[in-house]
Amino acid sequence: MTTHYLVLSALLFAIGGVGVLVRRNAIVVFMCVELMLNACNLAFVTFARQNGSLDGQVIAFFVMIVAAAEVVIGLAIIVTIFRTRRSASVDDASLLKH
Amino acid sequence: MEAAEIASITQHSGGAIGAAWLMIALPLVGAAVLLLGGRRTDKFGHLLGVLMAVASFVVAALAFVQLLGFAPGERRRGVSLFEFIPGLVDKVGLLVDPLSISFCLLITGVGSLIHVYSIGYMAHDPNRRRFFAYLNLFVAAMLLLVLADNYLALFVGWEGVGLASYLLIGFWQHKPSAATAAKKAFIVNRVGDVGLLIAMFTIFATFHSLTFSGVLDRAGDASQGTLTAIGLLLLVGACGKSAQLPLQSWLLDAMEGPTPVSALIHAATMVTAGVYLIVRSGPIFEGTGTAQLVVTIVGVATLLAGAIIGTAKDDIKKALAGSTMSQIGYMVLAAGVGPAGYAFAIAHLITHGFFKADMFLGAGSVMHAMNDEVDMRKYGGLRKVMPITFATFLVGYLAIIGFPLLSGYFTKDGIIETAMEHSAVLGWLAVLGAGITGFYMSRLVFMTFFGKKRWDAKAHPHESPAVMTVPLLLLSIGSIALGAYLILGNRFMIFLSPAVGAPEHLPEFHPFSAPGLATLALVAIGAAFAWLRYGAAEVPATAPRGSFLTTFARRDLYGDALNEALFMRPGQWLTRLAVFFDNRGVDGLVNGLAASIGGSSGRLRRVQTGFVRSYALSIFVGAAVLVGAWFVVGNL
Amino acid sequence: MGESITFWVLAVVSVAAALGLVFSRRAVYSALMLGLIMISLAVLYAVQDAPFLAAVQIIVYTGAVMMLFLFVLMLVGVDSGDSLVETIRGQRFWAIVAGIGFAVLLGLGVGNAMLAAPKGLAEATAAGNVPSLAEQIFTRHVFAFEVTSALLITAALGAMVLAHRERAEAKPTQKDMSRARFVAFGKTGKNPASLPGPGTYARHNAIDMPALLPDGTVSPLSVNRVLARHEAAEGTLDPEVARLLRQEAASEREASTLAEQVADTKPTKPLEEPFEETVGDTEPLVEEDVK
Repeated sequence: MTTHYLVLSALLFAIGGVGVLVRRNAIVVFMCVELMLNACNLAFVTFARQNGSLDGQVIAFFVMIVAAAEVVIGLAIIVTIFRTRRSASVDDASLLKH
Repeated sequence: MEAAEIASITQHSGGAIGAAWLMIALPLVGAAVLLLGGRRTDKFGHLLGVLMAVASFVVAALAFVQLLGFAPGERRRGVSLFEFIPGLVDKVGLLVDPLSISFCLLITGVGSLIHVYSIGYMAHDPNRRRFFAYLNLFVAAMLLLVLADNYLALFVGWEGVGLASYLLIGFWQHKPSAATAAKKAFIVNRVGDVGLLIAMFTIFATFHSLTFSGVLDRAGDASQGTLTAIGLLLLVGACGKSAQLPLQSWLLDAMEGPTPVSALIHAATMVTAGVYLIVRSGPIFEGTGTAQLVVTIVGVATLLAGAIIGTAKDDIKKALAGSTMSQIGYMVLAAGVGPAGYAFAIAHLITHGFFKADMFLGAGSVMHAMNDEVDMRKYGGLRKVMPITFATFLVGYLAIIGFPLLSGYFTKDGIIETAMEHSAVLGWLAVLGAGITGFYMSRLVFMTFFGKKRWDAKAHPHESPAVMTVPLLLLSIGSIALGAYLILGNRFMIFLSPAVGAPEHLPEFHPFSAPGLATLALVAIGAAFAWLRYGAAEVPATAPRGSFLTTFARRDLYGDALNEALFMRPGQWLTRLAVFFDNRGVDGLVNGLAASIGGSSGRLRRVQTGFVRSYALSIFVGAAVLVGAWFVVGNL
Repeated sequence: MGESITFWVLAVVSVAAALGLVFSRRAVYSALMLGLIMISLAVLYAVQDAPFLAAVQIIVYTGAVMMLFLFVLMLVGVDSGDSLVETIRGQRFWAIVAGIGFAVLLGLGVGNAMLAAPKGLAEATAAGNVPSLAEQIFTRHVFAFEVTSALLITAALGAMVLAHRERAEAKPTQKDMSRARFVAFGKTGKNPASLPGPGTYARHNAIDMPALLPDGTVSPLSVNRVLARHEAAEGTLDPEVARLLRQEAASEREASTLAEQVADTKPTKPLEEPFEETVGDTEPLVEEDVK
């Protein structure tokens, strides 16, 4: 059963990664990142049960906290960028190359 | 008398000899005051210059008198000045001995007369002060050269002379020809200096010392090959300074300087430096027959070349310059013969200093009268309007062609006899040179002072002022009497022997030896031929085209052409090649490298799109590759 | 058995939802898909002896984070559909290749791993899941826990700083805004009054029906554009309204192009573009009707 959970986790992670790569709307990109984080959490929880140790769950808990903080900051940045550039596309913020 | 060895040096302090450094310091101070003082010293500059030269002469004369007070074996007096680099030259000092004091007397004596003469000659030149400063500098450098007791200090003086000659030849630097001539003299002299420098390196490597006492006393210790190398390198240095073949080309151009400079350089100082160097380094040359042979060959070749050039020149100063080359050639020839010739070389040097200075200053006096015209074809019949100049010039002329009983007769005859004993071929070539000398000097005198007037319309020749004629008179007295005094009874040879040694058998003076008579006959023939061509016959106002030989001589025996073809053109090609290599090769490589880096980074830059998703893609692909690698490695 | 059924159902649902998240055109749909995945995962946590995490997942993710996402979506423009035309050459191809490769490799790696039977958490959570977790967090991981609290405070402050807009001038009063409206009217003829409410002269009371002007023509101003676009897509939009809206969009685009040239900035047109796109699809119909 553990293997099934892990494969599901890998699958969700890969789909999230592809989403990050193909979507241009910064908010959707962000959602895909969240999906990847959740896939990781699933793996952590699965391993916690596999190994009979709560450490996996504790780490998943911390991941959630960090993810929440990250979402707050990330969305604030998106709003700020949108306010100045009237665009939420990640391709528009490509000035760093200059 | 036994063959005299070179005496050892006695340390000395006190009296005029102890104050020998004053000889150098006085003109040096004069030069410093005049150069640093600027226009404030304009009014008395020339007087200060003369005063310093005369004061230096007084010190030299006193030192000479004091030196005569010692026994002949103790006449080499060393004066130490200050400590210097240990191991190289422990103590820098001066060496006052018969050889150096002879030079000092000549340099300061004739130099003082030239200083006095220059007061009149340069009276109208706005830069007269600067001229006297350079003259003083020249005298100081030359005195350092002859008084130094080691090769290093000698080299300092040697370079000082080169510098001063550059400044003086190019004194009228507004004339492009003068500037070019100064540069030429400087550059040709550098060639000789390099020879001297390498000689010094070799000497130090061989003897671990640069002092004369440390080197010359132990000259016998070194191998034949080393001595030959040192001797030939010293000869290169001497050739540069003394305008010997093949480094003679600067001398004729050096006539661009004011005439007193020509007198100073050609008569009293600079060109004699090479002879001094050879004589001073006598023990090295005596140890190697090869070097001596080369020295004599160079001497003979130069004396003939100078004489031939002298025959074809219409420029009075260039004709005299050719004669200087020729006479220095005699000296080098004598110096190459060994101890038997040293005394004659130096004696001829001294008498030549007098009569050549006499003639140069006389030529300057003529030019002064003729509005600086130098073409002898526009002179003629000047003996009546310039009696004193004519009389003194005549004395110098008779002295140089070896008219019996005048100075040149004794000294040149001594050289010819010595050379004849050494090698008959060299001797007869020297006799031939004397015959040519008789021709071209007669030609010069006849064209200038005899015949019809061929003056320009504007010329109003007149006798020069006393400040110019008095030195001429004094110099002509030396030209008359000095030779007999020095040579008869071997006076000078005995005087010099503590410094340079002496041959086993002192030569006796034969007034009617075969070479002497042959010389006289050839000189007479040459003079008569000159009279026929230039005295009795009409002298054309423009030079006739002449034969191939005439052109050959007029073009300085194609010396300049040879230099240009051998050195200047290849040098220019080398420079162009270097520039080409630098532009295309070095710059090409560097620029190409830069361009390729720029180009490749320009292409590499496109990787940086600025799109977050591109970067994320590379991260993701990298992660996938890592997982793949882990998978592969884990399954191995 | 029960766990297997739960897993397979939720696995299919969450993978499908994940694909929907990635490939749906509308950001709102993506957000909803994400919410679905999160709830599924919460259930899977609960199945795997992690009831506390399941609760936190629901509360924090589905409750807070998802709401934040939706909120920002509304702020940015809920109808700002993502153009699906890829602009970076090779990006989509390589992304999918890498994604599939990654999934296959990871799946194979995990699937081939020889795992013992799960130990289960019965021993570790003898005192109950939440007390055991609390013990871990407040003893072994207390330092990390305190650091996360600092992180959260920093994040809250950071969000405030980032989202805060410093006003360069005083906030315009109602009077100022009114004056500006009339200045605009003087310059461009833009209606200074409030827009006509939908259905004032309407024969229907639905908000997607345009208002009728006194002369009997429709007022395109009165139709919410989002609704109009939707109806255009459905083909149920009044042709006259569609034509007027298209005209207005064209004139607005011209004006904005002008403004773009003047300001040399790149304004985005979140409102008119999607409308153009979709209206374009129904063009033949509209043209026909006009004829």
